[in-house]
Amino acid sequence: MKSHLKIESRQLNILFDSLKDLGYTIVGPTVREGSIVYDNIDSASGLPVGWTDEQSAAAYKLKRRGDNSYFGYNLSPYSWKRFLFPPRVKLFSAAKKGKSFKINSDSGNASVPIMSLPNYAFIGVRPCEIQAIKIQDKVFNNWQYIDTVYKNRKEKVFIVAVNCTQAGGTCFCVSMNSGPKADNGFDIALTEVIDKGGHYFIVEAGSEKGNELMSKIPHTVAGQSEIENANRLVQTTARQMNKSMDTKDIKELLYANLESRHWDDVATRCLTCANCTMVCPTCFCTTVEDVTDLTGENAERWKRWDSCFTMDFARVFGGNFRSSSRARYRQWMTHKLASWIDQFGTSGCVGCGRCITWCPVGIDITEEIEKIKEKGGKGEYFNHKDTKVTKEIKKD
Amino acid sequence: MKIKKPKVAVFKLASCDGCQLALLDAEDELLAVAGAVDIAYFPEASRRMLKGPYDVGIVEGSITTPDAHEYIREIRKMSQILIVIGACATAGGIQALRNWKDVKEFTSIVYATPEYISTLERSMPVSSFVHVDFELRGCPINKYQLIEVINALLNKRKPNISTHSVCIECKLKGNTCITVAHGIPCLGPVTQAGCGAICPSYKRGCYGCFGPMDSPNTVSLSKHFAESGQSKYDTMLMFRGFNAYAEVFRKESDAQEK
Repeated sequence: MKSHLKIESRQLNILFDSLKDLGYTIVGPTVREGSIVYDNIDSASGLPVGWTDEQSAAAYKLKRRGDNSYFGYNLSPYSWKRFLFPPRVKLFSAAKKGKSFKINSDSGNASVPIMSLPNYAFIGVRPCEIQAIKIQDKVFNNWQYIDTVYKNRKEKVFIVAVNCTQAGGTCFCVSMNSGPKADNGFDIALTEVIDKGGHYFIVEAGSEKGNELMSKIPHTVAGQSEIENANRLVQTTARQMNKSMDTKDIKELLYANLESRHWDDVATRCLTCANCTMVCPTCFCTTVEDVTDLTGENAERWKRWDSCFTMDFARVFGGNFRSSSRARYRQWMTHKLASWIDQFGTSGCVGCGRCITWCPVGIDITEEIEKIKEKGGKGEYFNHKDTKVTKEIKKD
Repeated sequence: MKIKKPKVAVFKLASCDGCQLALLDAEDELLAVAGAVDIAYFPEASRRMLKGPYDVGIVEGSITTPDAHEYIREIRKMSQILIVIGACATAGGIQALRNWKDVKEFTSIVYATPEYISTLERSMPVSSFVHVDFELRGCPINKYQLIEVINALLNKRKPNISTHSVCIECKLKGNTCITVAHGIPCLGPVTQAGCGAICPSYKRGCYGCFGPMDSPNTVSLSKHFAESGQSKYDTMLMFRGFNAYAEVFRKESDAQEK
């Protein structure tokens, strides 16, 4: 069994200082633009002390808690994917050479030597976000084709997980088996406790790096009652969670309902604005853009986040194979919850609820899946006969 | 081998000049542009006025008069490639607000001798009269996008001009959504990207300067505004802005007015 340690809250700054001494650039939650975002912070005072957020479909509000908790909020608008899988990356640059061209060496982020990337320490990674990072590991770092942009960043990162001691209004991690407590995938994990006994953190180290860090921070061995207090908070969080997704036979459900009438219903509401995919901690689609200077002598190739909700995403020679919003919402949801399992052996959803909070019209993935189930025909598994897909191919 | 520089002409119809100025405002890149193309006709910038035909005609402004109607046909004939820039040229501009009113009534109030005024009933985009090769949106356009279009043309590649929502620009930048976090009504989800999400970055709702994105669901957005307590009148006004006469925005503002 892992040993549980205890850090007093007043010692939290030593965690920051120790990480800095080890050469880490610290990214953590902080209040900005009326929200709690992940950004560079220098010390514990940069944390959202005493703040929390209230989230529901298409609504987010920052509020005072009335205590001095450091991690008393739910989830940031953006996940850690911004740092491991940046929105824009230069892949390479090239220069014209006669009739051909030459790729410049050390010309882009993709080929940046690993030494010159920042050593990130992420403070405040939620259990669902750890699951999301594990999923992106499978996507980017586990196959024949390794994404070096991701791999180089991920390899160096130090993860300070913080278990959840309250449930957000759009959270459904319990049903996705990804929270509210992290069992692994971190260097150290904290559970924040404020009670009559004081304000302290129960700490578990999850790696050698984590043990090493703990040796630099004043701590004690946690007492049994303190550990129980922390566990109770996490258990209460799980019970508080109002939303859930029934994942039983979800793959079969979606494959059987490729022609559900419900997709038309979602399409009347869906804006195809792509917000859900941008905030999703696992969505990984990108596009590639080539740019040149005016002379055409020099060119650069950039990779940037894209989304299955954009028209360009499915535009190919001869037309667009996903021109309707019905087809695009179906693609997103069916990939996320069903074909992702075939592709990567896991669901693409971690139950963080960001797609619900940040959808400008509040489309709720957990409700949509329920409606598909209710309306669901007993369609045959993988029955592609008479699908509308071919009819949707539209000339531009 | 020296390749002949393409001959470029810049024309103006009914507009405020802001989009042409965007080109002149491209200070760092202007010399490079001038070096890459032969600016043969650009009255806003130079007295040098070479006759057509031109390899590229760039048009700012909407068609509001019989003269402009004739002129755009002439411009089309003179220009091998016709690029129109800005909300006026692509959607009729802010002056298309008169399309909902009786223009004769305006001229009779504004001008001492309204008989001298020869005007069309409506302010219309260039594409209503002639074939347009590329429409660059914006009020005003983004100067970097204009340079990108010229650049792509020179280098025979597809211009990187996205037609998706402004939301993606906010998300790439790392903005917190102002609609969700602060309840500010914003046209970002139905508006084409290109400005760099300027207004939401300063906590203002998107005004829709770049016109409708490629698959806009204005009905759903309006419904959500109504559910959030916004009056139909205010929603109508949001859609009736710089791109009021762009089809999707026009239909939505009409629906809100009913």
